[in-house]
Amino acid sequence: MTDDLLTDRSPSGGQPAGDLLLDVRDLRVSFPTADAEGGSVTAVDGLSLSLARGRSLGLVGESGSGKSTAAFALLGMHRGTGAEVTGTVRVAGTDVNAASDEELRRLRGNRVAMVFQDPLSALDPFWSVGDQIAEVYRLHTGASRRAARARAVEVLDRVGIPDAARRAGAHPHEFSGGMRQRALIAMALACEPDVLVADEPTTALDVTVQAQILDLLHDLREETGMGLLLVTHDLGVVAGATDEVLVMQGGRAVEHGGTEDVLRAPGRPYTRQLVEAVPRLEARRTPVPVGDDVLLRVEDLHRHYPAPRGSGGERAPGLGRLLGRRPQHRAVDGVTLDVRRGETLGVVGESGSGKTTLGRMMVRLLEPTSGRILLDGRDISRDGERALRPVRRDLQMVFQDPVSSLNPRRSVGDSVAEPLLAGGADAAAARSEVRDLLERVGLPASWYDRYPHEFSGGQRQRVGIARALAVRPRLIVCDEPVSALDVSTQAQVVGLLGDLQREFGLTLVFIAHDLAVVRQVSDRVAVMRQGQVVEWGDADRVYESPQHPYTRRLLAAVPVLDPAEAASRRRARRALLALDRSADGAEPAAVA
Amino acid sequence: MLRFLLRRSVSTVLVLLVLSAVVFTLFYATPGDPAILACGKGCDGDRLAVVRHKLGTDLPLWDQYWHFLRGLVAGRDYDAGADTTHCAAPCFGYSFQYDQPVLGMITARLPVDVSLTLGAMVIWMVVGVGTGLLSALRRGGATERLLTGLTLAGMSTPVFLIGLLLMMAFCSWLGWLPFPQYTPIADDPARWAANLVLPWLSLALISAAAYARMTRSSMLETLAEDHIRTGRAYGLPERRIVAGHALRGALTPVITLLAIDVGGMLGGATLTETVFGFDGLGRLLVNAVNHIDLPVVVGVTLFAAFFIVIANAVADVLYAVADPRVALA
Repeated sequence: MTDDLLTDRSPSGGQPAGDLLLDVRDLRVSFPTADAEGGSVTAVDGLSLSLARGRSLGLVGESGSGKSTAAFALLGMHRGTGAEVTGTVRVAGTDVNAASDEELRRLRGNRVAMVFQDPLSALDPFWSVGDQIAEVYRLHTGASRRAARARAVEVLDRVGIPDAARRAGAHPHEFSGGMRQRALIAMALACEPDVLVADEPTTALDVTVQAQILDLLHDLREETGMGLLLVTHDLGVVAGATDEVLVMQGGRAVEHGGTEDVLRAPGRPYTRQLVEAVPRLEARRTPVPVGDDVLLRVEDLHRHYPAPRGSGGERAPGLGRLLGRRPQHRAVDGVTLDVRRGETLGVVGESGSGKTTLGRMMVRLLEPTSGRILLDGRDISRDGERALRPVRRDLQMVFQDPVSSLNPRRSVGDSVAEPLLAGGADAAAARSEVRDLLERVGLPASWYDRYPHEFSGGQRQRVGIARALAVRPRLIVCDEPVSALDVSTQAQVVGLLGDLQREFGLTLVFIAHDLAVVRQVSDRVAVMRQGQVVEWGDADRVYESPQHPYTRRLLAAVPVLDPAEAASRRRARRALLALDRSADGAEPAAVA
Repeated sequence: MLRFLLRRSVSTVLVLLVLSAVVFTLFYATPGDPAILACGKGCDGDRLAVVRHKLGTDLPLWDQYWHFLRGLVAGRDYDAGADTTHCAAPCFGYSFQYDQPVLGMITARLPVDVSLTLGAMVIWMVVGVGTGLLSALRRGGATERLLTGLTLAGMSTPVFLIGLLLMMAFCSWLGWLPFPQYTPIADDPARWAANLVLPWLSLALISAAAYARMTRSSMLETLAEDHIRTGRAYGLPERRIVAGHALRGALTPVITLLAIDVGGMLGGATLTETVFGFDGLGRLLVNAVNHIDLPVVVGVTLFAAFFIVIANAVADVLYAVADPRVALA
């Protein structure tokens, strides 16, 4: 355990093997590659870890570090996939790699249960939530149908699903993201497992919901004494939720120790990099001198959509209802904001708050239902495509998902050159300008002819930024530009945006759900909730003395790197939650 | 559900109206005079005019169409002086070549296509879906390669070739079955089935191939979904994962396709009818087109279209029943 590649300061290092729920020695997982030579890629390379009853371990690393592959090996999930697994994995006394298929099947869901990243796709859309939980329970305990159903309601109630007896009959798509993750945790709890393996359980969730789920996992562990292995890329998540941390890089453990020790004083340069890359709420932006000159102003902006069926809302009466006129969902509901020349306006909010709809209207990819959009004082909210053409150069957008927003069948150079060619540039000039742009965003100019699939996530986002820059816009709306990226890559892309802003005199609107990232880049911040801006002002003012209770709740939910601080925040959240319960009711339902 | 039915009924009527208008216009613009064909050889100017008047082809297009629509609701009299032919409501027109109301001609032939389609459907669902599931679950093995090869062969062989080969084998050489000749099921169920076995098989083999391919890809897609992984991670036996969780998702698109295919086939399986000499809607339509028998063409076209529109509505209902995420609209 103490080879020179690993910095180990773990408190449980010398524990006898008998007390361990999880005991992994020298685990290696390799996948055969598609080439003819029979080569293979080693995803996990000699990993050892252990977990005692009632303890929790965070498995941390960037994407591709092998952390999820290792977690799946704990349940023997690589069996039958062609992956080669060596080493020993003992879970609750069973040797996973040596067990028969039947023994393994009885272990899964019963002694060790798993919670996945995306709770919507992890549940069967055709089955009610309660039936899915009952099925697992019956399978492992042989209970009667009625007893299994009762158990499902019991665990759903335990994870905080309101009105569990009724909601057990609902299908996954009728739950919000947070409730789906609760339901999956309930399924994991059904058989009272010894170990819970959670693979990025909160990555797909909003920050307030993330905090609730992490608090729930924490309470369940205290209550049941099960061990928790939490796989995440987010050190902030680990800080509040685990006793120990194991940092992985390239399939190997590089550092292992008590969470507080590792985060306070990382022993490895790699860990230090990870810790430093985590965006902090306190990290403010160096102020940029900005005048009072307003570039873009939106006034009382609305955008309404027909509400999804069954979501309630005002019903259209009589004939309208028969003809299928549906109630309106107000995605953006009366927003007034201005963006000053040269500044960065941050827009934060949780999913469904209307921030993306607002951003798309700002660059007129969407037409508002009502309200005005003033660019240099001229209203462009009703302009048709022809009238907008000159304005399109000024207003550009960078999208969240750099994979789907680039055409996979065009070289990245051609994608970036397209707006230039559309603007009438000749091919040779466009090509040389695109090469300059690629270098400017930190990519080699020689990559012009490569295709998007050859790029990493961060590189693709750089391409997306280059494409937005190509026409020399005045305003760029960045919609969650870094939320799909690892923390270290996030920091690089955020840095790049700042550099480009200074160099080109850009005005930015930065839309994100991550409050710490928004603070890093923004001069002013608008907080959105249910289509409305609830608070708007200088970033320092909003973060240091938030006025609106919702802003306060958002800030309280942000994970922090200091475990002691995380624990005190958990207590503060409970107090806030108790206050809200009386005022606010349950979580709002999902909008599909 | 009520709103769905109302909207679908309105749109069905609209589709059929537009379709009948298009067919009318096309035939009006087509060269050839149905009166000459109806009247026979040696028809002179005066008699031709009488026949034209009786057929209504001397009227402008709008009037002809209007008479057709009115006939649907109120019935219609074709009169030429003393000689009056009545066509009771709902009147789809009257074929003077056959000297019968169109509706009667269609209803007489409908059982042929219903028998053909439903019987073939059972066979192709069993063979096609079974093959598809098997090849999805035994992926990469010899079974899969064999089944894939067979489906490909079935898909690319024309129905008239399969039909002729089957008849050669079973009727001439082996003599196990009679040469197919349609017998109504009410007359003799055993003979009905014996006569239909070969047509069923040849019609089914082609569709079976398409269904096998679709079932296979749909099953593989479903098996790759995250919730299947969840099932495995919670220790569900493989059999239960397939039967309880994967099958429903995999078969939903297949059922939808089935409804639409059956709807299309009910309106006439021309090739199969022709190969086996069955007198069905498909052949009726082809003959009517050849003889410029406008009332029959319009009638059969509307019936076929009606089946397809209804089948689409049925497909939507089935989809909504199968998938809780889908709402009827």
